[in-house]
Amino acid sequence: MQLYLPIAEVSANAFALLGIGGVVGVLSGMFGVGGGFLVTPLLFFIGIPPAVAVATGANQVVASSVSGVLAQLRRKAVDLRMGSVLLIGGLIGSGGGVWLFNLLQARGQIDLVVQLAYVAFLGTVGGLMLKESLGALRRARQPARPVKRHQHVWVHGLPLKMKFRVSGLYISVIPPILVGMSVGVLAAIMGVGGGFIMVPAMIYLLGMPTKVVVGTSLFQIIFVTAFTTLMHAVTNQSVDMLLALVLIVGGVVGAQLGTRLGARMKAEQLRILLALLVLAVCAKLAIDLLWTPADVFNIAHGGPA
Amino acid sequence: MIRAALLLLAVLALPARGEEVVASLSQDTIAITANFDGSEVFVFGAVKRAAPAPDGAPLDVVVALQGPLAPVTVRRKERVAGIWVNTQAVEVDLAPAFYAVATTRPFEEVLSQTEDLRHAVSIPRAIRSVGAPPDVQDSQAFTEALIRLRADSGVYRLEEGEVALEEQTLFSTRFELPANLVEGPYRARIFLTRDRDVVDLYEAQIEVRKVGLERMVWMLAHDAPFLYGSLSLLLAIVAGWAASAVFRLIRL
Repeated sequence: MQLYLPIAEVSANAFALLGIGGVVGVLSGMFGVGGGFLVTPLLFFIGIPPAVAVATGANQVVASSVSGVLAQLRRKAVDLRMGSVLLIGGLIGSGGGVWLFNLLQARGQIDLVVQLAYVAFLGTVGGLMLKESLGALRRARQPARPVKRHQHVWVHGLPLKMKFRVSGLYISVIPPILVGMSVGVLAAIMGVGGGFIMVPAMIYLLGMPTKVVVGTSLFQIIFVTAFTTLMHAVTNQSVDMLLALVLIVGGVVGAQLGTRLGARMKAEQLRILLALLVLAVCAKLAIDLLWTPADVFNIAHGGPA
Repeated sequence: MIRAALLLLAVLALPARGEEVVASLSQDTIAITANFDGSEVFVFGAVKRAAPAPDGAPLDVVVALQGPLAPVTVRRKERVAGIWVNTQAVEVDLAPAFYAVATTRPFEEVLSQTEDLRHAVSIPRAIRSVGAPPDVQDSQAFTEALIRLRADSGVYRLEEGEVALEEQTLFSTRFELPANLVEGPYRARIFLTRDRDVVDLYEAQIEVRKVGLERMVWMLAHDAPFLYGSLSLLLAIVAGWAASAVFRLIRL
């Protein structure tokens, strides 16, 4: 069944769109990543113009995140206090990120910076996670060796301490604010919610338990992507409501399934899967940068290319 | 003397002007609805003559259908330190979103370069490009790339021999319009040519526009962007909540 999308000005297969929404929703519910880094390339692939894909993708992520957060809330797996602290940092960060984005755009190299940032971050984050979670899995197979859960590092010496009961942490608010800020900057530049950076940062930098991380990450992604959607709608008129609706229907169902799948898995397995996913996206981007393109020319804007 | 020569010229030119196109299109509006999946335009007509068809070169018909014009930026990638980077860009002033030319015989045999230049019929002539930034020496390569890329995606088409001409009088052709049609006026031109010169020209217009829901959504997005954005968000939040509620019911 073909559907003509009024803003994208192309017609696309409704079932393909439902499928894309569903896949992204499953990932969102399982890992707490918004899926923005995946939905945009998939939409390009079926011929949606890039600007519309980015803006509408953000709108879909809002829906799947809401759906995911509600499911996580019932399992008491959302640290609202930590989420709010991260969000404050995130909003400050995205303000700075938007400023940086405009600066780079004026220089005409925003695409390159975005791609390089993706490759560098995804590669590092994915690699570290894979290494750590494989190690954790191996340790779990050899029992009777107690692992110290909270290591005392410099992070714990900072002032302004706050109790995060759901996460079982008593730490300074400075690290979460800084994490939120850096993710906010990156999210604004790269046009994504930032879940794939936020999730590992919460686990490894803040020491939050994996089960709480997913819901908390989704909680703050809702706000970041809602802001992005509104900005795109006002400045570029590039949000396609019809496209969003179809993606959302697939996405919210997927998010519910993903949450249930995630709940049945071990934390280490969940992290290994996310690490592999992150590395796969990284490899794809790296290949695009290094491989000789099929055509060195490309049409930047104005109608279908 | 001069007047006599002019009169003679006019009389000599008469047989050529004596042939006129009478044509019609299968539709003058195309409505883009939610299930729009491309369309087809049928162009047909006849040649009206005051006198019998002149001998010599055969009559030919060229039909050009042009979509709305818009500026386009073409970028070129180059390898810098092992990485492919967009280095140069050329702004093409006006390029049609859709362009198709159908002819009775190979293009060079039915239209001379002078006539092509005058009427801008062939695909390269339909694109208006004035100047390139000083750092680009070969701006021609950029317009060629634009044509190649759009020809590959099926929006620029040269259909030689696709116009059927019967008895030097009746002609017809059809254009397939893609699903990713851009809204706006589409201009159809029908040229009668003889010996590669244009004998007569007929113009018509097709209006392509969104209707119903498609139109409403588009209008709202452009007229009240903030309201539209908020509505999109509300839709997302309600859908997310609804799915969560439904799944909880199923589970219980």
